[in-house]
Amino acid sequence: MWPGETKILLGEGGSGKTLLMKLAAGLLRPDAGNVTVMGQDISDMPEKELLNFRRHIGFVFQEGALFDSMTVADNVSFRLDEEKVDEAEIETRVREALRFVEMEPSMEKYPGELSGGMRRRVSIARALVDRPPLVFYDSPTAGLDPVTCQTIITLILRGRDSQGVTSLLATQRVQDAFGLANFRFDKTTGHIVRDSPNEVRTAQTPARESAQQSAKQSGAQSSPVPPTNVLVLRGGKIYFEGAADELLHSSDEYLKAFLASAE
Amino acid sequence: MPEENETLQPVVSALAEGIKRQVQVVQDYAELSFQSLANVFTPPHYWADTLEQMDIIGVGSLPIIVLTGFFIGGVLVLQTASQFERFGETALTGDAVALALVRELGPAITALLVAGRNASGIASELGSMVVTEQVDAMRALGTDPIRKLMTPRVIATVLMLPLLTAVSDFVGLVGGFLVAYFTLRLGPVQFWTRAIHALDFGDLVQGLMKPFIFAFIISTVACFMGLRVKGGTQGVGRATTSAVVVSSVILLVVDTFITRILLWAFNK
Repeated sequence: MWPGETKILLGEGGSGKTLLMKLAAGLLRPDAGNVTVMGQDISDMPEKELLNFRRHIGFVFQEGALFDSMTVADNVSFRLDEEKVDEAEIETRVREALRFVEMEPSMEKYPGELSGGMRRRVSIARALVDRPPLVFYDSPTAGLDPVTCQTIITLILRGRDSQGVTSLLATQRVQDAFGLANFRFDKTTGHIVRDSPNEVRTAQTPARESAQQSAKQSGAQSSPVPPTNVLVLRGGKIYFEGAADELLHSSDEYLKAFLASAE
Repeated sequence: MPEENETLQPVVSALAEGIKRQVQVVQDYAELSFQSLANVFTPPHYWADTLEQMDIIGVGSLPIIVLTGFFIGGVLVLQTASQFERFGETALTGDAVALALVRELGPAITALLVAGRNASGIASELGSMVVTEQVDAMRALGTDPIRKLMTPRVIATVLMLPLLTAVSDFVGLVGGFLVAYFTLRLGPVQFWTRAIHALDFGDLVQGLMKPFIFAFIISTVACFMGLRVKGGTQGVGRATTSAVVVSSVILLVVDTFITRILLWAFNK
């Protein structure tokens, strides 16, 4: 993955999306092979080191996985409390994160008092509060109504385009993939806008720019990388990798059937 | 003969597989228990969580400990007095109650009650956290669930059970005295003097050492059962039952061995 890129793991239930994410976060260990994340091989990393490593990633679980004995504010501040961040700083950052997901008025509520969509939003705030460079979203729209799905995808878009978060998102919904690929958050207007068909955007970040610069210096051709790419999983294996447009125009029978099933 | 071997082979391999699984469970339990203890000596410490657990386990169990302790003392007097009456030695009731309560019944019954009340609570709480991915979420946030969830519960149980046992012993003696006073007409001086003199240092060590060991067994078994839950809400139910049954059985078995060792150690 490129820094700033959003990669979507698309696939039917049981295709291995959650498994892949948990492997990438070091929550599960591979039986064979290696898992390299942010330049570190985490396959055989001891749990103690993995705990430190995971402080650099955010993870949004399928059902939110909020701590049900803690308030929304305590859930969001959990990581900051663990890192012994100053109380005033915690308060500011928690409010900022909850404002980002439009959940600030519910900060004293318990997860049990929230709807499914609200719980996902709090979970996103919890994952983003420490501004991690990499965020994993495990089926954040699963089981939600279409309007709430739209809200969640909008939040992920805003995170990507306003904070430059690199994300790996697992979903069964083709709409999520195309929503992230075809729309962007306009920082100047504060609105979500559709990309124009001729506009070629890239997952442009300082790291990406320097990679392109070195490629240019060595005379290599560098093609723009769209900010959102899709990885279709089938039976635990990668079946397709590319831009959302390529997926849309693919002539592969399985992919066509998969897209048709979503319509 | 070869045919007989072929028939036996699946049985033998199934048996071997079963034994291997059980050994694995014991190994996992030992590893987890050791880890929970080792965490006590290295930071970070979760003192606030430990205090909260001490309140839940210690203060929360106090009413049932007081109530049951009182009646156990009472019933002990009724049972022993009927025997002593046959020999005209009802004055020995204080000795019998004190020895039975402090050495054995106090620690064992308090531990069984705490196992029933708290082992089930711990296993179901941790089990629910496992099935709703809260434990995974904790790991994903960079926090060690053993350190944050298990160690405070183990420390709290180990600190609280001896205190609860002391309370239970005392209330049991009070209950015994009241029953002795009203049924046997035994005076307070006679009862308490004999009860106190019947106990020596070895009895007190025995009565106060056992709760530490029982507490460690109860809390580690409960946490182990809770943290290895599989199979959703049904799994949580199974873990809760197992936590109470397994910890109760282990503590009674261990009790027999500790009693033997301590009796030998104090030349009893």
